[in-house]
Amino acid sequence: MSSAAKRALLAPVVDDNPVTLHVLGICSALAVTTSLLPSLYMCLALTVVATLANTAVSMIRHWLPNSIRIIVQMTIIASLVIVVDESLKAFAFETSRELSVFVGLIITNCIVLGRTESFASKNPVGLSFLDGIGNGLGYSVILILVASTRELLGSGTLLGYTVFPQVADGGWYNPNGMMLLPPSAFFVIGLIIWAVRTWKAEQVEKAEFRIHEVHRTEAL
Amino acid sequence: MPEPTQKPGRKTDTVIGTLLVAFVVSLVCSSLVASAAVVLKPRQVANAILDMRRNILEVAGLLDSDRDVDELFDGIEPRVVDLETGAYVDDIDPEAFDPVEAAKDPAQSVEVPAAIDIARVGSRAKHALVYLLRRDGEVVKIILPVSGYGLWSTMFGFLALEADGNTVADITFYSHGETPGLGDFIAKPAWRELWQGKRAFDESGDPKLRVVKGRVSTDDPLADYHVDGVSGATLTGNGVTNMMQYWLGEHGYGPYLRNIQGGEGT
Repeated sequence: MSSAAKRALLAPVVDDNPVTLHVLGICSALAVTTSLLPSLYMCLALTVVATLANTAVSMIRHWLPNSIRIIVQMTIIASLVIVVDESLKAFAFETSRELSVFVGLIITNCIVLGRTESFASKNPVGLSFLDGIGNGLGYSVILILVASTRELLGSGTLLGYTVFPQVADGGWYNPNGMMLLPPSAFFVIGLIIWAVRTWKAEQVEKAEFRIHEVHRTEAL
Repeated sequence: MPEPTQKPGRKTDTVIGTLLVAFVVSLVCSSLVASAAVVLKPRQVANAILDMRRNILEVAGLLDSDRDVDELFDGIEPRVVDLETGAYVDDIDPEAFDPVEAAKDPAQSVEVPAAIDIARVGSRAKHALVYLLRRDGEVVKIILPVSGYGLWSTMFGFLALEADGNTVADITFYSHGETPGLGDFIAKPAWRELWQGKRAFDESGDPKLRVVKGRVSTDDPLADYHVDGVSGATLTGNGVTNMMQYWLGEHGYGPYLRNIQGGEGT
């Protein structure tokens, strides 16, 4: 694999992660991560849409009129999302019900349009395909981390299997109900971003201003 | 290597070129969406039927995750009811009767007069498909399909009554578009439990069942008929109230349930 291909595929997983670095796709990351199974389907749906949209946009990039390029990309993304949504309704009925509107909302997920506009419309098909998978993976890694944390601490289960037996069922674990509410996803994502930026210090943005110490006499 | 973004002299950057690309993209995308919808339709329909049966079993208290839904469903007896007279109709096969299609057919449906159409049903079928759960030959539960407009769209569900045709056994909603995290409380088990043991009709036979704002207070004289609402989802609660008022009323299952209460429940 060439270095450009490797970069397109792997950079979005940690170094250029759409969720932790660009802070995109947060809406669905908050909404569907109360348990792991719907999150896995959501990851799959987003990865499929991002990959196919990137590939399709890259294929027609030389014929894409500048004045309508965004709406053409939206049309392609929306069609793919409808196909994915219909497929989930046919093959994963229960999960599609839990995900409700959030599959449809992939259309407005900034990760997908962001990649087609900033990457696929300028790069060859192969690279765009890998970039789509890479960004899908980057989103998935964060979603799976958040969903596992929330399901484990909120219900004591993973994928529905009991890991921490709950007090109510005679076990020892007292579930943290807040983990099942949307704010907890903010906290968990915030902690993940903090951890990633401690590990990869180059991701920390330059401060836009500085609070400088004022000597007491100066203030007076 | 990234290519320069907007090459000024792109061949399609003309009016004709733009229209042509727009046309081709729309054509390809619409055929993709249309074929996906057509190909996947049978599976989606099968899922929907299975899900409806599961909901009927659930509201009847029969659902058992270890047993096959279709097999359990054999214990449920579907009957067609003439809503105007409230009597059972035997010359329509319950297996073949589709209330949704019937409601669309002018010959098999009636317009709900606007003045009483609080649940925004529009037109309803002349007949309804109800489900009876029998134990040792006796009807123990009556399951009524109900529908009505919530905040965003029509909510579809089942109301299960005990054999007296008055006491609520359970309620489920199998299809609704209420706000996730707010109005979707109608499908939550904790809220459904509040319905159990509530009463539909008062002494004079008027439907009194409704969802109130906030909690039902203990000194509410109508506490037996009132169910807690959820703050922030008042319109969904009102939708459920309207649904109950319509379907339990004279234009809905009123005549049928009077027959049941009068002992013609078989």
